[in-house]
Amino acid sequence: MNNCPDHIVHYMHEHLDGDISREHELELQAHLTSCTTCQQHMNELSKVAVFVQSASHITAPSGFVEGVIARMPKETSQVGMKRWFHSHPLLTAAALFMILMSASLFSSFNDDQQFSFTKQPNIVVEGERVIVPAGETVNGDIVVKNGDLQIDGDVNGDVTVINGTQYTASTANVTGEIEEINQVFDWLWYKMKSITKEIMSSFDKAEK
Amino acid sequence: MDALINKRIKEVLKGDQNAFAEIVELFQDKLYRICYRMLGNQHEAEDIAQEAFVRAFINIHTFDTNRKFSTWLYRIGTNLCIDRIRKKKPDYYLDAEVVGTEGLNMYSQIASKEELPEQEVLKMEMQDRVQYEISRLPDKYRAVIVLKYMEDLPLQEISDILEMPLGTVKTRIHRGREALRKQLSNM
Repeated sequence: MNNCPDHIVHYMHEHLDGDISREHELELQAHLTSCTTCQQHMNELSKVAVFVQSASHITAPSGFVEGVIARMPKETSQVGMKRWFHSHPLLTAAALFMILMSASLFSSFNDDQQFSFTKQPNIVVEGERVIVPAGETVNGDIVVKNGDLQIDGDVNGDVTVINGTQYTASTANVTGEIEEINQVFDWLWYKMKSITKEIMSSFDKAEK
Repeated sequence: MDALINKRIKEVLKGDQNAFAEIVELFQDKLYRICYRMLGNQHEAEDIAQEAFVRAFINIHTFDTNRKFSTWLYRIGTNLCIDRIRKKKPDYYLDAEVVGTEGLNMYSQIASKEELPEQEVLKMEMQDRVQYEISRLPDKYRAVIVLKYMEDLPLQEISDILEMPLGTVKTRIHRGREALRKQLSNM
Protein backbone atom coordinates (compact mmCIF):
# COMPACT_ATOMS: atom_id res chain seq x y z
CA MET A 1 0.00 0.00 0.00
CA ASN A 2 2.94 2.26 0.72
CA ASN A 3 3.88 2.14 -2.93
CA CYS A 4 0.42 3.22 -4.01
CA PRO A 5 -0.20 6.89 -4.84
CA ASP A 6 -2.24 8.77 -2.17
CA HIS A 7 -4.79 9.95 -4.65
CA ILE A 8 -5.98 6.37 -5.24
CA VAL A 9 -7.66 6.32 -1.83
CA HIS A 10 -9.14 9.69 -2.65
CA TYR A 11 -10.53 8.27 -5.89
CA MET A 12 -12.06 5.43 -3.90
CA HIS A 13 -14.04 7.91 -1.87
CA GLU A 14 -15.01 9.83 -4.97
CA HIS A 15 -16.22 6.54 -6.41
CA LEU A 16 -18.26 5.82 -3.28
CA ASP A 17 -19.74 9.31 -3.30
CA GLY A 18 -20.70 8.76 -6.91
CA ASP A 19 -19.02 11.89 -8.19
CA ILE A 20 -15.88 10.50 -9.75
CA SER A 21 -14.76 11.69 -13.17
CA ARG A 22 -14.29 9.32 -16.07
CA GLU A 23 -10.46 9.56 -16.03
CA HIS A 24 -10.24 9.01 -12.28
CA GLU A 25 -12.58 6.04 -12.55
CA LEU A 26 -10.41 4.42 -15.26
CA GLU A 27 -7.23 5.05 -13.29
CA LEU A 28 -8.80 3.59 -10.16
CA GLN A 29 -10.03 0.47 -11.94
CA ALA A 30 -6.65 -0.05 -13.56
CA HIS A 31 -4.91 0.28 -10.22
CA LEU A 32 -7.28 -2.01 -8.37
CA THR A 33 -6.74 -4.87 -10.82
CA SER A 34 -3.01 -4.70 -10.17
CA CYS A 35 -2.92 -4.03 -6.40
CA THR A 36 -4.45 -6.43 -3.89
CA THR A 37 -3.88 -4.12 -0.88
CA CYS A 38 -5.92 -1.39 -2.50
CA GLN A 39 -8.51 -3.93 -3.56
CA GLN A 40 -8.97 -4.90 0.06
CA HIS A 41 -9.09 -1.26 1.14
CA MET A 42 -11.80 -0.60 -1.44
CA ASN A 43 -13.64 -3.68 -0.28
CA GLU A 44 -13.59 -2.60 3.33
CA LEU A 45 -14.82 0.87 2.46
CA SER A 46 -17.73 -0.58 0.50
CA LYS A 47 -18.53 -2.80 3.47
CA VAL A 48 -18.70 0.27 5.71
CA ALA A 49 -21.49 1.68 3.59
CA VAL A 50 -23.39 -1.61 3.61
CA PHE A 51 -22.82 -1.97 7.34
CA VAL A 52 -24.13 1.48 8.24
CA GLN A 53 -27.09 1.14 5.90
CA SER A 54 -28.06 -2.14 7.53
CA ALA A 55 -29.33 -0.14 10.50
CA SER A 56 -33.04 -0.75 10.77
CA HIS A 57 -35.44 2.06 10.11
CA ILE A 58 -36.66 3.05 13.51
CA THR A 59 -39.77 5.15 13.98
CA ALA A 60 -40.64 7.84 16.48
CA PRO A 61 -42.19 6.56 19.72
CA SER A 62 -45.95 6.76 20.04
CA GLY A 63 -47.21 9.97 21.56
CA PHE A 64 -44.41 11.92 19.93
CA VAL A 65 -46.72 14.45 18.25
CA GLU A 66 -48.70 14.99 21.47
CA GLY A 67 -45.41 15.56 23.26
CA VAL A 68 -44.44 18.27 20.79
CA ILE A 69 -47.82 19.99 21.12
CA ALA A 70 -47.60 19.90 24.89
CA ARG A 71 -44.23 21.66 24.69
CA MET A 72 -45.33 24.25 22.17
CA PRO A 73 -45.92 27.72 23.55
CA LYS A 74 -49.59 28.38 24.17
CA GLU A 75 -51.29 30.28 21.39
CA THR A 76 -51.14 33.96 22.02
CA SER A 77 -54.43 35.17 23.46
CA GLN A 78 -54.67 37.42 20.40
CA VAL A 79 -54.88 34.46 18.03
CA GLY A 80 -57.26 32.59 20.30
CA MET A 81 -59.50 35.63 20.56
CA LYS A 82 -59.41 36.20 16.82
CA ARG A 83 -60.50 32.63 16.19
CA TRP A 84 -63.26 32.95 18.77
CA PHE A 85 -64.48 36.19 17.20
CA HIS A 86 -64.58 34.53 13.79
CA SER A 87 -66.67 31.63 15.01
CA HIS A 88 -69.08 33.67 17.19
CA PRO A 89 -69.85 36.95 15.41
CA LEU A 90 -73.14 37.55 17.24
CA LEU A 91 -71.67 36.95 20.68
CA THR A 92 -68.79 39.22 19.73
CA ALA A 93 -71.19 42.02 18.88
CA ALA A 94 -73.08 41.46 22.13
CA ALA A 95 -69.86 41.42 24.16
CA LEU A 96 -68.65 44.59 22.50
CA PHE A 97 -71.97 46.27 23.27
CA MET A 98 -71.76 45.20 26.91
CA ILE A 99 -68.21 46.49 27.24
CA LEU A 100 -69.15 49.89 25.84
CA MET A 101 -72.27 50.08 27.97
CA SER A 102 -70.50 49.18 31.19
CA ALA A 103 -67.73 51.63 30.36
CA SER A 104 -70.24 54.44 30.07
CA LEU A 105 -71.86 53.38 33.35
CA PHE A 106 -68.56 53.28 35.19
CA SER A 107 -67.46 56.60 33.84
CA SER A 108 -70.75 58.17 34.88
CA PHE A 109 -70.24 56.73 38.36
CA ASN A 110 -66.80 58.28 38.57
CA ASP A 111 -67.78 61.57 36.99
CA ASP A 112 -70.75 62.14 39.29
CA GLN A 113 -68.77 63.35 42.25
CA GLN A 114 -70.93 66.45 42.70
CA PHE A 115 -73.37 66.90 45.50
CA SER A 116 -76.86 66.85 44.09
CA PHE A 117 -80.35 66.04 45.27
CA THR A 118 -83.93 65.89 44.08
CA LYS A 119 -85.56 69.27 44.34
CA GLN A 120 -88.59 68.98 46.57
CA PRO A 121 -90.46 71.76 48.31
CA ASN A 122 -90.04 72.00 52.08
CA ILE A 123 -86.60 70.32 52.37
CA VAL A 124 -83.66 72.10 53.96
CA VAL A 125 -80.06 71.91 52.75
CA GLU A 126 -77.15 72.49 55.14
CA GLY A 127 -73.78 72.18 53.40
CA GLU A 128 -73.77 68.67 51.93
CA ARG A 129 -76.65 67.48 54.05
CA VAL A 130 -80.27 67.36 53.01
CA ILE A 131 -82.77 67.54 55.87
CA VAL A 132 -86.43 66.74 55.85
CA PRO A 133 -87.47 68.82 58.89
CA ALA A 134 -89.72 67.38 61.58
CA GLY A 135 -93.39 67.93 60.95
CA GLU A 136 -92.90 68.39 57.21
CA THR A 137 -94.16 65.91 54.62
CA VAL A 138 -92.41 65.39 51.28
CA ASN A 139 -94.61 63.98 48.57
CA GLY A 140 -92.39 62.12 46.09
CA ASP A 141 -89.01 60.32 45.92
CA ILE A 142 -85.79 61.80 47.23
CA VAL A 143 -82.40 61.00 45.68
CA VAL A 144 -79.24 62.44 47.24
CA LYS A 145 -75.87 62.06 45.52
CA ASN A 146 -72.54 62.56 47.29
CA GLY A 147 -74.18 63.85 50.43
CA ASP A 148 -76.03 62.77 53.55
CA LEU A 149 -79.74 62.71 54.11
CA GLN A 150 -81.37 63.29 57.46
CA ILE A 151 -85.05 62.47 57.76
CA ASP A 152 -86.90 63.90 60.73
CA GLY A 153 -90.31 64.27 59.01
CA ASP A 154 -92.38 62.13 56.64
CA VAL A 155 -91.58 61.05 53.08
CA ASN A 156 -94.30 59.68 50.81
CA GLY A 157 -91.98 57.88 48.41
CA ASP A 158 -88.61 56.09 48.00
CA VAL A 159 -85.41 57.39 49.53
CA THR A 160 -82.04 56.75 47.83
CA VAL A 161 -78.65 57.94 49.03
CA ILE A 162 -75.65 57.51 46.73
CA ASN A 163 -72.17 57.86 48.21
CA GLY A 164 -73.51 59.08 51.51
CA THR A 165 -75.32 58.09 54.62
CA GLN A 166 -78.92 58.51 55.52
CA TYR A 167 -80.07 59.14 59.07
CA THR A 168 -83.63 58.42 60.03
CA ALA A 169 -85.04 59.93 63.22
CA SER A 170 -87.54 57.98 65.32
CA THR A 171 -90.21 60.51 64.33
CA ALA A 172 -89.51 59.86 60.63
CA ASN A 173 -91.93 58.02 58.43
CA VAL A 174 -90.93 56.81 54.95
CA THR A 175 -93.61 55.06 52.97
CA GLY A 176 -91.30 53.76 50.20
CA GLU A 177 -87.96 51.94 50.15
CA ILE A 178 -84.81 53.30 51.78
CA GLU A 179 -81.58 52.56 49.93
CA GLU A 180 -77.92 53.46 50.43
CA ILE A 181 -75.56 52.97 47.49
CA ASN A 182 -71.81 53.15 48.15
CA GLN A 183 -70.32 50.47 45.94
CA VAL A 184 -69.81 50.35 42.23
CA PHE A 185 -71.91 47.23 41.95
CA ASP A 186 -74.71 48.67 43.99
CA TRP A 187 -74.49 51.63 41.68
CA LEU A 188 -74.68 49.43 38.63
CA TRP A 189 -77.63 47.56 40.05
CA TYR A 190 -79.34 50.83 40.82
CA LYS A 191 -78.63 52.13 37.31
CA MET A 192 -80.01 48.99 35.71
CA LYS A 193 -83.10 49.09 37.89
CA SER A 194 -83.78 52.70 37.04
CA ILE A 195 -83.24 52.02 33.33
CA THR A 196 -85.73 49.13 33.38
CA LYS A 197 -88.13 51.25 35.38
CA GLU A 198 -87.88 53.98 32.75
CA ILE A 199 -88.42 51.49 29.95
CA MET A 200 -91.38 49.95 31.77
CA SER A 201 -92.92 53.36 32.41
CA SER A 202 -92.48 54.34 28.76
CA PHE A 203 -94.25 51.10 27.82
CA ASP A 204 -97.02 51.95 30.26
CA LYS A 205 -97.32 55.36 28.65
CA ALA A 206 -97.42 53.80 25.21
CA GLU A 207 -100.22 51.51 26.31
CA LYS A 208 -102.20 54.41 27.63
CA MET B 1 -45.06 17.27 -0.87
CA ASP B 2 -43.39 20.68 -0.78
CA ALA B 3 -46.59 22.36 -1.88
CA LEU B 4 -48.49 20.65 0.91
CA ILE B 5 -45.86 21.65 3.48
CA ASN B 6 -45.90 25.26 2.31
CA LYS B 7 -49.68 25.32 2.56
CA ARG B 8 -49.49 24.03 6.12
CA ILE B 9 -46.79 26.56 6.97
CA LYS B 10 -49.00 29.39 5.76
CA GLU B 11 -51.75 28.12 8.04
CA VAL B 12 -49.32 27.96 10.95
CA LEU B 13 -48.27 31.53 10.22
CA LYS B 14 -51.92 32.53 10.48
CA GLY B 15 -51.87 31.08 13.98
CA ASP B 16 -53.26 27.60 13.40
CA GLN B 17 -51.44 25.20 15.71
CA ASN B 18 -53.28 22.19 14.33
CA ALA B 19 -51.60 22.65 10.96
CA PHE B 20 -48.24 22.36 12.69
CA ALA B 21 -49.27 19.07 14.24
CA GLU B 22 -49.64 17.72 10.70
CA ILE B 23 -46.13 18.85 9.84
CA VAL B 24 -44.81 17.08 12.94
CA GLU B 25 -46.71 13.97 11.89
CA LEU B 26 -44.99 14.01 8.49
CA PHE B 27 -41.44 14.48 9.73
CA GLN B 28 -41.41 12.86 13.15
CA ASP B 29 -39.87 9.56 12.06
CA LYS B 30 -37.08 11.07 10.03
CA LEU B 31 -36.06 13.65 12.58
CA TYR B 32 -36.31 11.21 15.47
CA ARG B 33 -34.14 8.73 13.55
CA ILE B 34 -31.44 11.30 12.89
CA CYS B 35 -31.42 12.33 16.55
CA TYR B 36 -31.36 8.72 17.71
CA ARG B 37 -28.41 7.87 15.47
CA MET B 38 -26.53 10.95 16.60
CA LEU B 39 -27.21 10.53 20.32
CA GLY B 40 -27.60 6.77 20.69
CA ASN B 41 -30.27 7.13 23.36
CA GLN B 42 -34.01 6.92 22.83
CA HIS B 43 -35.03 9.32 25.58
CA GLU B 44 -32.53 11.95 24.56
CA ALA B 45 -33.48 11.48 20.92
CA GLU B 46 -37.15 12.01 21.71
CA ASP B 47 -36.37 15.03 23.86
CA ILE B 48 -34.12 16.68 21.27
CA ALA B 49 -36.37 15.88 18.31
CA GLN B 50 -39.37 17.36 20.10
CA GLU B 51 -37.34 20.39 21.08
CA ALA B 52 -36.35 20.81 17.43
CA PHE B 53 -40.00 20.81 16.36
CA VAL B 54 -40.88 23.34 19.05
CA ARG B 55 -38.08 25.63 17.87
CA ALA B 56 -39.18 25.21 14.28
CA PHE B 57 -42.66 26.26 15.35
CA ILE B 58 -41.43 29.31 17.24
CA ASN B 59 -39.20 30.41 14.38
CA ILE B 60 -41.45 29.39 11.51
CA HIS B 61 -41.69 33.01 10.34
CA THR B 62 -37.96 32.95 9.55
CA PHE B 63 -38.34 29.98 7.20
CA ASP B 64 -38.01 30.87 3.52
CA THR B 65 -40.71 28.90 1.69
CA ASN B 66 -38.63 28.87 -1.50
CA ARG B 67 -36.29 26.49 0.27
CA LYS B 68 -36.74 22.94 1.38
CA PHE B 69 -38.47 22.61 4.74
CA SER B 70 -36.76 19.32 5.61
CA THR B 71 -33.33 20.91 5.20
CA TRP B 72 -34.28 23.71 7.55
CA LEU B 73 -35.80 21.30 10.09
CA TYR B 74 -32.85 18.90 10.00
CA ARG B 75 -30.49 21.81 10.54
CA ILE B 76 -32.30 22.73 13.75
CA GLY B 77 -32.26 19.07 14.81
CA THR B 78 -28.62 18.35 14.05
CA ASN B 79 -27.50 21.59 15.71
CA LEU B 80 -29.37 20.64 18.87
CA CYS B 81 -27.84 17.15 18.78
CA ILE B 82 -24.32 18.48 18.33
CA ASP B 83 -24.87 20.95 21.18
CA ARG B 84 -26.15 18.14 23.37
CA ILE B 85 -23.18 15.90 22.56
CA ARG B 86 -20.69 18.68 23.25
CA LYS B 87 -21.99 19.95 26.56
CA LYS B 88 -23.40 16.76 27.88
CA LYS B 89 -23.84 17.33 31.54
CA PRO B 90 -24.67 14.48 33.85
CA ASP B 91 -28.19 14.99 35.15
CA TYR B 92 -27.82 12.26 37.73
CA TYR B 93 -25.15 11.49 40.29
CA LEU B 94 -22.78 8.79 39.28
CA ASP B 95 -22.25 7.88 42.92
CA ALA B 96 -25.92 7.14 43.49
CA GLU B 97 -26.63 3.50 44.08
CA VAL B 98 -28.70 1.87 41.36
CA VAL B 99 -32.15 0.95 42.64
CA GLY B 100 -32.53 -2.76 43.19
CA THR B 101 -28.84 -3.56 43.30
CA GLU B 102 -26.39 -3.97 46.12
CA GLY B 103 -23.38 -1.75 45.95
CA LEU B 104 -23.71 -1.04 42.22
CA ASN B 105 -23.48 2.65 41.45
CA MET B 106 -24.10 4.56 38.26
CA TYR B 107 -20.46 4.15 37.21
CA SER B 108 -21.28 0.59 36.32
CA GLN B 109 -24.22 1.72 34.18
CA ILE B 110 -22.64 4.20 31.83
CA ALA B 111 -21.18 3.16 28.56
CA SER B 112 -17.48 3.21 29.11
CA LYS B 113 -15.46 5.73 27.14
CA GLU B 114 -12.91 2.97 26.66
CA GLU B 115 -13.46 0.57 23.84
CA LEU B 116 -15.44 -2.47 24.75
CA PRO B 117 -13.52 -5.73 24.88
CA GLU B 118 -13.53 -7.32 21.45
CA GLN B 119 -15.48 -10.41 22.48
CA GLU B 120 -18.22 -8.15 23.92
CA VAL B 121 -18.50 -6.31 20.61
CA LEU B 122 -18.72 -9.54 18.66
CA LYS B 123 -21.58 -10.73 20.86
CA MET B 124 -23.62 -7.63 20.03
CA GLU B 125 -26.70 -7.81 17.87
CA MET B 126 -26.15 -6.29 14.47
CA GLN B 127 -28.38 -3.30 15.21
CA ASP B 128 -26.62 -2.48 18.45
CA ARG B 129 -23.32 -2.91 16.71
CA VAL B 130 -24.14 -0.30 14.07
CA GLN B 131 -25.23 2.17 16.73
CA TYR B 132 -22.16 1.40 18.82
CA GLU B 133 -19.75 1.97 15.96
CA ILE B 134 -21.43 5.22 15.01
CA SER B 135 -21.34 6.48 18.57
CA ARG B 136 -17.58 5.89 18.56
CA LEU B 137 -17.14 8.34 15.71
CA PRO B 138 -16.14 11.90 16.54
CA ASP B 139 -19.32 14.03 16.36
CA LYS B 140 -18.23 16.00 13.31
CA TYR B 141 -17.96 12.78 11.31
CA ARG B 142 -21.02 11.29 12.97
CA ALA B 143 -23.39 13.94 11.62
CA VAL B 144 -22.31 13.54 7.99
CA ILE B 145 -22.28 9.74 8.12
CA VAL B 146 -25.77 9.65 9.64
CA LEU B 147 -27.16 12.04 7.04
CA LYS B 148 -25.37 10.40 4.14
CA TYR B 149 -25.95 6.73 4.87
CA MET B 150 -28.95 6.55 7.15
CA GLU B 151 -31.03 9.24 5.52
CA ASP B 152 -29.55 8.81 2.07
CA LEU B 153 -29.37 12.55 1.54
CA PRO B 154 -27.46 14.07 -1.39
CA LEU B 155 -24.14 15.69 -0.49
CA GLN B 156 -25.43 19.14 -1.47
CA GLU B 157 -28.31 18.84 0.98
CA ILE B 158 -25.99 17.70 3.76
CA SER B 159 -23.89 20.76 3.06
CA ASP B 160 -27.02 22.95 3.37
CA ILE B 161 -28.15 21.27 6.58
CA LEU B 162 -24.81 21.51 8.32
CA GLU B 163 -24.06 24.91 6.78
CA MET B 164 -20.61 23.93 5.65
CA PRO B 165 -18.99 23.94 2.20
CA LEU B 166 -19.51 20.90 0.00
CA GLY B 167 -15.77 20.21 0.12
CA THR B 168 -15.82 19.99 3.91
CA VAL B 169 -18.75 17.58 3.79
CA LYS B 170 -16.86 15.35 1.37
CA THR B 171 -13.71 15.41 3.47
CA ARG B 172 -15.65 14.52 6.58
CA ILE B 173 -17.46 11.68 4.89
CA HIS B 174 -14.14 10.33 3.63
CA ARG B 175 -12.60 10.55 7.08
CA GLY B 176 -15.68 9.12 8.74
CA ARG B 177 -15.66 6.24 6.29
CA GLU B 178 -11.97 5.59 6.94
CA ALA B 179 -12.57 5.71 10.70
CA LEU B 180 -15.41 3.21 10.41
CA ARG B 181 -13.28 1.01 8.18
CA LYS B 182 -10.62 0.84 10.89
CA GLN B 183 -13.25 0.19 13.57
CA LEU B 184 -14.72 -2.65 11.53
CA SER B 185 -11.46 -4.21 10.41
CA ASN B 186 -11.85 -6.87 13.10
CA MET B 187 -15.17 -8.07 11.71
